[in-house]
Amino acid sequence: MADRLAPVAVEHVAQVQEAVRAFDRVTVRGSGTKPALAIAPSYDRAQPLDLRGLRGIVEYEPQEYTFTARAGTPLAEVNDLLAANGQYLPFDPVLVEAGATLGGTVASGLSGSGRLRYGGVRDFILGVRFVDGSGATVQGGGKVVKNAAGFDFPKLLTGSIGRLGVIVEVSFKVFPAPPAYRSLLVHFPSFSPALEAIYALTTQPFDLVALDLLPGDEPTGAKEGWTLALRIGGAKALLASRLDRVQRILAAGDAVSSPAGDAEASFWREAAEFAWAPAAANLVKVALTPTQIPALESRLVATPVPCRYTVAGNVLWIAWPDALAKLDSILNELGLAGVVVRGQATVPWIGRAPTSAFARRIKSALDPHDKFAPLYPD
Amino acid sequence: MALETLISELTARIPPERLLQQRPQLAPYESDALTSLRARPRAVLLAGTQEEVIDAVRLCHAHRVPFVARGSGTSLSGGSLPIEDGIVIALNRLNRIIALDPRQRLAVVEPGIINLDVSRAAAPHGLYYAPDPSSQPICTIGGNVAFNSGGAHCLKYGMTANHVLGIKAVLPDGEVVQLGGASLETSGPDLTGFFVGSEGLFGVALEITLRLLPKPEAYRTILASYDSLAAAGQAVSDVVAAGLLPGAMEIMDRLAIEAAEASVNAGYPRDAAALLIVELEGEAVEVDAEFAHLRRVIERSGAGEIRVAADEAERARIWKGRKGAFSAVGRLSPNYIVQDGVVPRSKLGEALQRIEALSAAHGTRVANVFHAGDGNLHPLILYDGRVPGALERAEDLAGEIIHMCIELGGSITGEHGVGMEKRRHMPAMFSPDDLALMSSVRRAVDPLELANRGKMLPAGQTQVTAGQHEQAVTDHG
Ligand SMILES: Cc1cc2nc3c(=O)[nH]c(=O)nc-3n(C[C@H](O)[C@H](O)[C@H](O)COP(=O)(O)OP(=O)(O)OC[C@H]3O[C@@H](n4cnc5c(N)ncnc54)[C@H](O)[C@@H]3O)c2cc1C
Repeated sequence: MADRLAPVAVEHVAQVQEAVRAFDRVTVRGSGTKPALAIAPSYDRAQPLDLRGLRGIVEYEPQEYTFTARAGTPLAEVNDLLAANGQYLPFDPVLVEAGATLGGTVASGLSGSGRLRYGGVRDFILGVRFVDGSGATVQGGGKVVKNAAGFDFPKLLTGSIGRLGVIVEVSFKVFPAPPAYRSLLVHFPSFSPALEAIYALTTQPFDLVALDLLPGDEPTGAKEGWTLALRIGGAKALLASRLDRVQRILAAGDAVSSPAGDAEASFWREAAEFAWAPAAANLVKVALTPTQIPALESRLVATPVPCRYTVAGNVLWIAWPDALAKLDSILNELGLAGVVVRGQATVPWIGRAPTSAFARRIKSALDPHDKFAPLYPD
Repeated sequence: MALETLISELTARIPPERLLQQRPQLAPYESDALTSLRARPRAVLLAGTQEEVIDAVRLCHAHRVPFVARGSGTSLSGGSLPIEDGIVIALNRLNRIIALDPRQRLAVVEPGIINLDVSRAAAPHGLYYAPDPSSQPICTIGGNVAFNSGGAHCLKYGMTANHVLGIKAVLPDGEVVQLGGASLETSGPDLTGFFVGSEGLFGVALEITLRLLPKPEAYRTILASYDSLAAAGQAVSDVVAAGLLPGAMEIMDRLAIEAAEASVNAGYPRDAAALLIVELEGEAVEVDAEFAHLRRVIERSGAGEIRVAADEAERARIWKGRKGAFSAVGRLSPNYIVQDGVVPRSKLGEALQRIEALSAAHGTRVANVFHAGDGNLHPLILYDGRVPGALERAEDLAGEIIHMCIELGGSITGEHGVGMEKRRHMPAMFSPDDLALMSSVRRAVDPLELANRGKMLPAGQTQVTAGQHEQAVTDHG
């Protein structure tokens, strides 16, 4: 590790092409908010490319509800510009305050709690420009909100964690931002009624922005039970009555608090920054469905660790304090697959081994000379 | 000969009523909804089980015989056009719902299920499958997956890809893979999303996991007439600029209105040059508030007549005319080509004006009925295939419209796919490097190029017998 190569600070796409052609092994970094995703044991000697200098918004016409920006552009910059025009990224990007870049967000494929409403990164990306393993610059997708021409490289590169190509520019669609938000925190003494509440809420035609489940009693700080956190957005005048309706289908007697204003905003901002996860812990994302949660909980209950179920029980974020082997075996046992975003992993994948003949073939086409780290361990 | 060996092996396994080989039996499979292209396959397998599909694909691979998967054959781009000296694997009988999980809002289906049947099965649980191509009473989910099909209501919740969570597929060499799963999220590259829209080039989807949505509590539908197509296009930009997010925004022009009236009597204002349909959906209180806003925007947009659907029956009538418009236009003309280009939404007015001008200059009638909210045009170019040269003239006009879409910063296809029809326009949208990578991906997945050979990638990109295919098309076209 000591003799790791100094990164090349990239400012132009041509430099990425040159580096991919010149070096045997190349890795990419943005601002390093998700370091474990770059882990690849055999690739210590790879030439790092620092993409933070490849930044800036290339095209943004607010009335089109689309924009194109270079990969190194910080999300904070994108969010500010969109907000100034009453727009937002509905997939609710994470680690924005920590400095996440647009390219890193696409490569990691991570979305926040708010992806419940309209979808994740994959649902909003329209186009991608990337340098493939032969050093060619390739454009996939387009800049308009609808496009069915050619293979969908924008989706393929989403979640590819730098192993299929170097993303240099992306186009996104955006939506009008809800003018206001309200939230409800509902405490449940135990897990299963909380899960029932998730089923009850998601099968009703409520337009929920987010629906998370976290251990403990969030408002009081007590350790017992679970807190269901839900968020709605829209015209300010309607929020109170809409929230009332939602609350009515939850069991009477549950302790409820309803943060508003700054407290409400910071509750979700902190969620997107993983403020609940100790910095030293391994931060792991697991994809699942609500029916898989009880079995997982029964295995995790012995060793309570900080965690958060997001997207109505479709994602588990867990801050695993020690060696990942145990979590790996629990996930394996349940057939669940995850990805280590921060921490001490040997590979970013955890749990059920990602075996895909399909992925392997695609990797061989995009990266014929193994310039980038292997997609999956052999 | 490899093909005949394949046929005899299939004959040994499949009863004759499900392995069509006689000319009259093959006739319905010779083309899809792009009727100007025809090719007769050697045989059509009406697959009865997933295993039969896997078996057939393996045999095709062993004998190097190309195959085309087929749903209902409603492709408008020649996507399900058969390959001569190849076989068609017809999937309509593979139409089971394998699992319906209302609590998790999931459906696992076989590819031959009709799009609308998914929503029908979900309806008792208050759920539905959102993507609604106008062909939804007949087209299959497998076809929708292959083309990433859209529909009138894809503005808010997206196209097919945004609703497909997992795919079990047989790759062109017979290997079976599972991509994605039941969760809304995955880890690793979005392989499911990459398979969707691959136009049958990555093999055959056997099982598809779909996300269902709760049926919206309320809809509000408004119909506005305009004295020009460009004015209706401008109104769409106004609605978008107002920060509204309707579930659907559709435009029909005079010719399409006439046709719809003649065929389903939707009660549209007949003197209008263009009609705009805008529909809001969501929670009732929200929809009501947004509707007031929408109404003001429409009133200020220079609309002539404005109608608001008072009840579900009126709403259904408005949509009946719109959704039946393609078939209705079919009555105005013996043949038509449907274009599917996309332009940035703020350029809709300009694009529509230019299409009108092109139509006049070519002396060829064009009807427009399209997904305006997405900027997804559907000019229907009318021609009479019996008149020599008419098809070629229609194709020339179509080509000019496609190039206009690219020039305006859009795409050659929004939802109907490249298929056979738009292959030659791919180089206008993608660079040689872009196309080269697409063909390496294609060859990495299917080195023999057996699955839907000759589609999507422009001729010359494909190495294997592309010339042979060209031949088949010109012979019969
Ligand atoms: C009147 C009319 C209206 C239409 N309206 C719309 C619309 O609003 N929006 C829209 O997007 N489209 C529309 N279409 C186009 C068409 O209906 C869609 O493209 C549809 O998805 C095709 O489905 P299909 O079952 O007919 O597929 P087919 O035409 O049989 O096949 C289409 C493609 O899918 C491939 N394929 C089929 N099944 C599979 C499978 N299981 N695995 C892999 N590949 C497979 C085929 O090889 C072919 O390339 C319309 C067509 C018509 C005729």
